[in-house]
Amino acid sequence: MTSIDESNKDKLRSVSVDLNNDASLLIDIPDALCERDKVKFTVHTKTTLSSFQKPEFSVPRQHEDFIWLHDTLVETEDYAGLIIPPAPPKPDFEGPREKMHKLGEGEATMTKEEYTKMKQELEAEYLAVFKKTVQVHEVFLQRLSSHPILSKDRNFQIFLEYDQDLSVRRKNAKEMFGGFFKNMVKSADEVLISGIKEVDDFFEQEKTFLLDYYSKIKDSTAKAEKMTRSHKNIADDYIHISATLNSLSADDSTGNKKNLEKLSDLFEKLRKVEGRVASDQELKLTELLRYYMRDIQAAKDLLYRRARALADYENSNKALDKARLKSKDIPQAEEHQQHCLKKFDKLSESGKKELTSFKGRRVVAFRKNLIEMAELEIKHAKNNVTLLQGCIELLKTN
Amino acid sequence: MATSSERSPPPFPDSEDQDVLDTEDVAGRDSDEDDGGDLFMGSSNPTLAEVETLLEPARQPSDLLMNPPSDLMSDPLIEPISSQTENKPASEAVNEPSDDFVDLTNNISATTESAVAEIPLDEPSDDFVDILGSETEAQREEVVVTDVTVEAAADKSEVTSGVTDSPGDGKIRSDAEEEAQETSAAPIIDLGADLPASNTQQLPVSDKIADPLVDLLGDPSPAPAADAKKPSGATIDLFEDEGSDLFGEPRQTKSAKQQQKSLFGEADEDLFGEPLGAVSKKPVSKEQKEKSVTTKAAAAVPAGGPLLDSSPAEPADIFTEEAVTTTPSVSNTSTVNSKTNGVHSEEEADIFSEATVELSLDSPRTERKNDVTAKPSASAPTSLSAAASQAKPQSAALEELEEEEEAELDDKFEVLVSVKDPEKIGDGMNAYMAYKVSTQTTLPMFRNKTFTVRRRFSDFLGLYEKLSEKHGPNGFIVPPPPEKSILGMTKVKVGKEDSSSADFVERRRGALERYLQRVVNHPSLIQDPDVREFLEREDLPRAVSTQALSGAGFLKMINKATDAVSKMTIKMNESDVWFEEKLQEVESADQQFRKLHALVESLVIHRKELSLNTASFAKSTAMLGSAEDNTALSRALSQLAEVEDKMEQLHQDQAANDTFSFAELIADYIRLLGAVRGSFDHRMKVWQRWQDAQAMLQKKRETEAKLLWANKPDKLQLAKEEIAEWEAKVTQYERDFERVSATVRKEVVRFEKEKTKNFKRQIIKYLESLLQSQQQVSPSRKT
Repeated sequence: MTSIDESNKDKLRSVSVDLNNDASLLIDIPDALCERDKVKFTVHTKTTLSSFQKPEFSVPRQHEDFIWLHDTLVETEDYAGLIIPPAPPKPDFEGPREKMHKLGEGEATMTKEEYTKMKQELEAEYLAVFKKTVQVHEVFLQRLSSHPILSKDRNFQIFLEYDQDLSVRRKNAKEMFGGFFKNMVKSADEVLISGIKEVDDFFEQEKTFLLDYYSKIKDSTAKAEKMTRSHKNIADDYIHISATLNSLSADDSTGNKKNLEKLSDLFEKLRKVEGRVASDQELKLTELLRYYMRDIQAAKDLLYRRARALADYENSNKALDKARLKSKDIPQAEEHQQHCLKKFDKLSESGKKELTSFKGRRVVAFRKNLIEMAELEIKHAKNNVTLLQGCIELLKTN
Repeated sequence: MATSSERSPPPFPDSEDQDVLDTEDVAGRDSDEDDGGDLFMGSSNPTLAEVETLLEPARQPSDLLMNPPSDLMSDPLIEPISSQTENKPASEAVNEPSDDFVDLTNNISATTESAVAEIPLDEPSDDFVDILGSETEAQREEVVVTDVTVEAAADKSEVTSGVTDSPGDGKIRSDAEEEAQETSAAPIIDLGADLPASNTQQLPVSDKIADPLVDLLGDPSPAPAADAKKPSGATIDLFEDEGSDLFGEPRQTKSAKQQQKSLFGEADEDLFGEPLGAVSKKPVSKEQKEKSVTTKAAAAVPAGGPLLDSSPAEPADIFTEEAVTTTPSVSNTSTVNSKTNGVHSEEEADIFSEATVELSLDSPRTERKNDVTAKPSASAPTSLSAAASQAKPQSAALEELEEEEEAELDDKFEVLVSVKDPEKIGDGMNAYMAYKVSTQTTLPMFRNKTFTVRRRFSDFLGLYEKLSEKHGPNGFIVPPPPEKSILGMTKVKVGKEDSSSADFVERRRGALERYLQRVVNHPSLIQDPDVREFLEREDLPRAVSTQALSGAGFLKMINKATDAVSKMTIKMNESDVWFEEKLQEVESADQQFRKLHALVESLVIHRKELSLNTASFAKSTAMLGSAEDNTALSRALSQLAEVEDKMEQLHQDQAANDTFSFAELIADYIRLLGAVRGSFDHRMKVWQRWQDAQAMLQKKRETEAKLLWANKPDKLQLAKEEIAEWEAKVTQYERDFERVSATVRKEVVRFEKEKTKNFKRQIIKYLESLLQSQQQVSPSRKT
């Protein structure tokens, strides 16, 4: 059972930029409970909108409810021209849990102190994962609430307001398979319609850019994750080194004892700094990249939907031509063609708007995070320097 | 000066105490007596003889100590004669007191000769009785002695000034002047103060002696009566322990010798101080003693002047501790100078005879008393620091070590060894790496100040083999070289110029350098001719036995295996808590260091991983930057990529630093701890030998008892001989054990000190490197 409090969250809210600037609908997740695999979020809403019955309310929601909300939004025809905010990833506590298990197995090989430190470290990691999970769910809702169209969505409002359990049905095996199949079709379709000649330069450019960017950012994300993990490993090494030095100094009876103690202390402090470097990097860099990787995926989906509409339009054109040739069902075909054209135009228009705003948002978010990260890194480096200097002085004066 | 390597100094009184407790120890006593003779030779000889001759006798006595006592006899017999002849010309160099000296030295050497000469005879008691006869005369003349002392005290200042004038050396003069000042300021008080002080020390032991002593000082006339009554009782006791102190002292201090500078001024102080410091304990017999020793010393002072150049280190070092005690000594020398000779010579003989008679009496009670007297007087905090340090071997060892340490500080950087320029010689599997070994030194024992030789890895191993063979069994911790690494070397041999093989060579180079530096920093090992040869000689005979796959290597493996087995079978019930604790400490430290090493290695691996990951992240960030259409963001990203690139370099450097200054340091200590354990094992082996010998002796005794029962006189004789033989062996082994124990203890203490210093230095270096890299991080982070 873990819960987080409000105070911790301000600094966590870093991935998205000022999503809550619209005071008419304010959403946050002040509390979350973890029960085995399930995480129960308390979604708290404060609003001035008349469409809600009360100005302020809280509802319990689970991760599956978020997924449901996302899926319904994606499936809504009207929102095809919008970038649907990416669904939050499933809470994954397997990593820390597995590590905890491993730690328990290796308890015999460690000193008690070492074990406690490792455990603390893992607990901290677990807590960080937990916070991150809450944060991405919150960001998802905030993005929806700040969107002019999506915030008016009926399902979204129900999600926020309905104070009972939504009891969203879990996807059964068939649906899971269906979803998988749909993905297959979609990617095959993407390949098929990629041959269609793009009529608009903006989208052409956007498409190549996003495709390129997506692959790059995916790569970067993976690398950043690795880098962060390396930092963590080093921090873990420091723990062990510090503990070993400590036990060495306990055994030592000569003048070396003090030196060893100091060194052990130093490593312990270095460990903390290194651990913070790792977590900051994780939060500021890796999370950013991860989030925008998903966001770009959403933007790509938009492009796909538009391309689909374009393909539909072309097909309807062909169908109209055929109908005219056969002079059969012409009005029907015409109507369809008109419909497709309208849909495509609408998609193109809103898509253009969405993509532009997306770009601006991305740049701002990147800048903010990168600057923050750089500042933190400098701070940590300075911390390290003072620690080391202090220790050297101590050793020298001895 | 390879003398020190042979002279491993056992704190003598330790064994002495045990000897005393052992009732059947006539042989041991006798040998001690001889040592005493040696000592006198030792104090007069080094100063007089040339450097070479200096080395010879100095080495001999210590050799002798290791041999069975019976061997001792031959040496002293020859030496007194030679010293006598040398004494004469030396003392002639003195202007004023030359006549006296000649006579004195003659007498002394004659007496020592006679005393020593008698001992090897099978029936010493007869001879001693003879001497005892003269003893009575000596007692009578004691009145004269004391009288003269008082008179001489008045004359003292003159005589000391005479002494100061004679040698040309400035240092001596200044030292002597100091002494002269002190002595002239309170000439009689010095003597008086010294003697009562020693009286009070002895009070708990023998109250009887106190009275005559006080009398002696205040009013000499009643003294002879008292003296005559009990000469054999207390005085002999005193002489006994004093003698043992003297015996122990020179040997121990000799070890410290090579460390110290050749200040002749110190020498004369010391020569006076040492015997007198000990001598001041027993006033009656002491006076003669003082004379005997100090006359020699006095003779040595002028002699030392001209010989100063040729005898650099030897005499100077002998007893630095005793600087305080020199004041009374000078006053005594002056009394000696003005003294007539005949009396002293007789008394000299007296001393020896008394001591030996005491021994031949062999009564355990008196011996025990000696023991007791030795202890309280030793612990007395007066000028008897020498005796005190003797009685407490541990503190002595520590003190000595500290002394050494101090001396070391001075010549800490007298030898600087660097191993550079690894170079591959040859091709294929026969290829090897040669390293340039450069030495910088200020030690006079090397021919040049700087010299460079080329050595291959197996040469380093060969050096270690030689050193550990020679010094290992004595309990020295011989610094171990880096291990052979067939894998690493094969890689190098195959000739791939990749980073891992360069890494390997660099690691090994560093390890070799540290290894050599440790060897030359060791005060005893640097004296080894093999070390010198290794550093200096152009072409070294190739060390064959170090090859892993050679026959010698195979033999070594078998030896190691048997050692391991015997180690398991030997169950040593540790008598010394210190060793027990240390062994445990070393073992746990070894374990911890191993763990730490593994951890640091994993840290290095992770660091390398981090560097790799940072590099790939930098690359992909650069790609991302190029894909970015927003120019500002694109620039920021490419900047980030640059920074990460730098970071990668930093992490890589840091990983290298981790390896070279931290992991290697720990690896060094793992090896060194292994060596420490090795010396512990050696100690255990010696112990085992001792125990075996004891068991054997026990068995022989049993057989003797049986034979006695069975009444077989012919075999009984044989059995007795065997027992004597084994007794000698037991004593010898026991002494070996004590010696090795002492050495191990000293070495461990030394090792720990070195470790502390070295460790600190290395850690600071390492942390500084960390600091540097962290400092570089901050500016580069500013995107």
